[in-house]
Amino acid sequence: MNEPKTSALSQATTMSLDPEAMAPPETPWQEFLRIFKKDYQALFGFWVLMILLVTALAGKALTEWWVVFDPEVVRLTDKFLPPFSIPSSDSLSIDRPFGGVYFMGTDELGRDVFARMFQGSFVSLSIGFVAVGISLGIGILLGGLAGFYGHVKLGFITIDTLIMRFTDAMMCFPTFFLILTAVALLPPSIYTIMIIIGLFSWMGTTRFVRAEFLSIRELDYVTAAKALGIPEARIIFRHMVPNALAPVFVSATIGVASAILTESGLSFLGFGVPPPDATWGNILSDGKGFIFDAPWLFFIPGMAIFIVVLAFNLVGEGLREALNPKLRSR
Amino acid sequence: MWNFILRNIGQRLILLIIVSFVAHSFIHLAPGEPSEVDPMNPRMKPEDIAKIRAAFHLDDPLHVQYAYWIRDLASGELKSFKDSQPVLPKIWDRFLNSLPLFILATILVWTWAFPAGIYGAVFRGGAYDRGTVFLSYALISVPGFFLSYLAILWVVGWFGVPVISIKTFGMEHAEPAYKVMDRVWHLVIPSVMAAIGGIAVLSRYVRSQMLEVLSQDYVRTARAKGLEEDTVIYGHALGNALLPFVTMFGLLLPGLIGGSVIFEQIFAWPGLGRLAYEAILSRDFPVIMTLNFIAAVLTLAGTLLSDILYAVVDPRIRLH
Repeated sequence: MNEPKTSALSQATTMSLDPEAMAPPETPWQEFLRIFKKDYQALFGFWVLMILLVTALAGKALTEWWVVFDPEVVRLTDKFLPPFSIPSSDSLSIDRPFGGVYFMGTDELGRDVFARMFQGSFVSLSIGFVAVGISLGIGILLGGLAGFYGHVKLGFITIDTLIMRFTDAMMCFPTFFLILTAVALLPPSIYTIMIIIGLFSWMGTTRFVRAEFLSIRELDYVTAAKALGIPEARIIFRHMVPNALAPVFVSATIGVASAILTESGLSFLGFGVPPPDATWGNILSDGKGFIFDAPWLFFIPGMAIFIVVLAFNLVGEGLREALNPKLRSR
Repeated sequence: MWNFILRNIGQRLILLIIVSFVAHSFIHLAPGEPSEVDPMNPRMKPEDIAKIRAAFHLDDPLHVQYAYWIRDLASGELKSFKDSQPVLPKIWDRFLNSLPLFILATILVWTWAFPAGIYGAVFRGGAYDRGTVFLSYALISVPGFFLSYLAILWVVGWFGVPVISIKTFGMEHAEPAYKVMDRVWHLVIPSVMAAIGGIAVLSRYVRSQMLEVLSQDYVRTARAKGLEEDTVIYGHALGNALLPFVTMFGLLLPGLIGGSVIFEQIFAWPGLGRLAYEAILSRDFPVIMTLNFIAAVLTLAGTLLSDILYAVVDPRIRLH
């Protein structure tokens, strides 16, 4: 990641030693890249995700600003057209889809599925990222508090007991049922869904960040930092957090995948993102009613979710392999 | 040993009390009330709503409502808001419906995940290993209802058997053999669908556990002293690799409620998951809270069971 820092003073004192020979054979970052690049599945997943990211950003921009991509245009003369069909001649030229062809067909209202999938890619992805962002934020904060300040007493119980018992209590509930209840009781909106999924999935992160912090706190370099009189906040955020982050990355990647799946499950039960916002989950769950008449409405979003979630899972697993020193040596 | 068990039970009872607080306040603090299920109905006058609220104690402060809930739950007189039926018998009926699904799915998970994972670990990096690992990722990446719909289409189209709901109506006077086959067909597809996720997750876990054990020194020693590979793997490594999974028996219990909402909805299976879904739709607070509470009790009982089992099975664990 970075060159070993050598100050002027140490260079002066170690002139006789060759700094090239002293440096480790490869930095952790190079080692990570070397292992990750050998993992074809993870690499495949990585490229799928890069393409998806570009698609999502382009989708957001184009569907907002460009009329031919407007996913909300209803063309009742063009209902249930299969993929690659030409719009009927009486539709207005301004309403025509991109390229004059419905690449992925149209749905029961004559909306262009390609445009809807395009818009949905951004919405689905942002649900995943926001939900994971929230759960990571809570998880790292609580886990870090319990791990570092766990021994501090608040009245008669320690902070560690307080946080971990609350975490245990939250883990007792079946997560999906809890999310479903909350989403059903709250007013339906895309933000509710993102926040609820995030609010109910931080427990795992809290537990392993705490475990990671507990073990890092005892390491020599933390003792050394304390002995140097470095302020606590700096020790935590500059020295401990980066070292505790490896498992967090892995669980974040897999968390995005499971948030996308959760959203599609909620859509299936009728508590998904309300229209007119399109997500892959609600295109799929709307499409299930037309599985015989218009199979493309079901298979296109289904396969899209499958490929993207698979890519996230493969990348997560590749990260786990590449970041875990125990698996590496074998 | 007894000391350990008693202290564990005590800790879990305290946790259970916290859980009941959380469940109760979570449901009641969320906006949306049972009296508002049908706000557009012109026949609902404000005095009717006031009557409903009074009957359900919805106007009392939270801690009073909590006391009512616990009292009714303990005395078994808790009534559903929706149809005034007692909650506990209602849940029990649905539990009995869910049970065969749960048992068959569990059996499928445990009989498929272990051979798949162990075989993959023993032949690490081979075609079979890479294939199953990729397949297990694929299976957890498919939305459950997408795969279920495909399975329904395939089974119904190919075999011409009905798979939705528990049984076919109008089969009451059929031959017993037909009746049994009917029930089996209805049971198998949802169980397989519910088991797929579990097989995928558990087999990967078994595989990594087995890999961990195979790299231990004592396995190398066993090989070095010239034991046959089968003896090394099945005699020395397997037992130690399987140890952690003893504890997972206990952790299965909560899956009874949580994992089944979507599958029971797809297959119109009148089990606990659908009861939960219906209760959420009608804002049936007593049923929702009681289901959450029972799920928590099952989870706690499961972890207790697994802690004890682990201590019994693994002599390296010291109880203190």
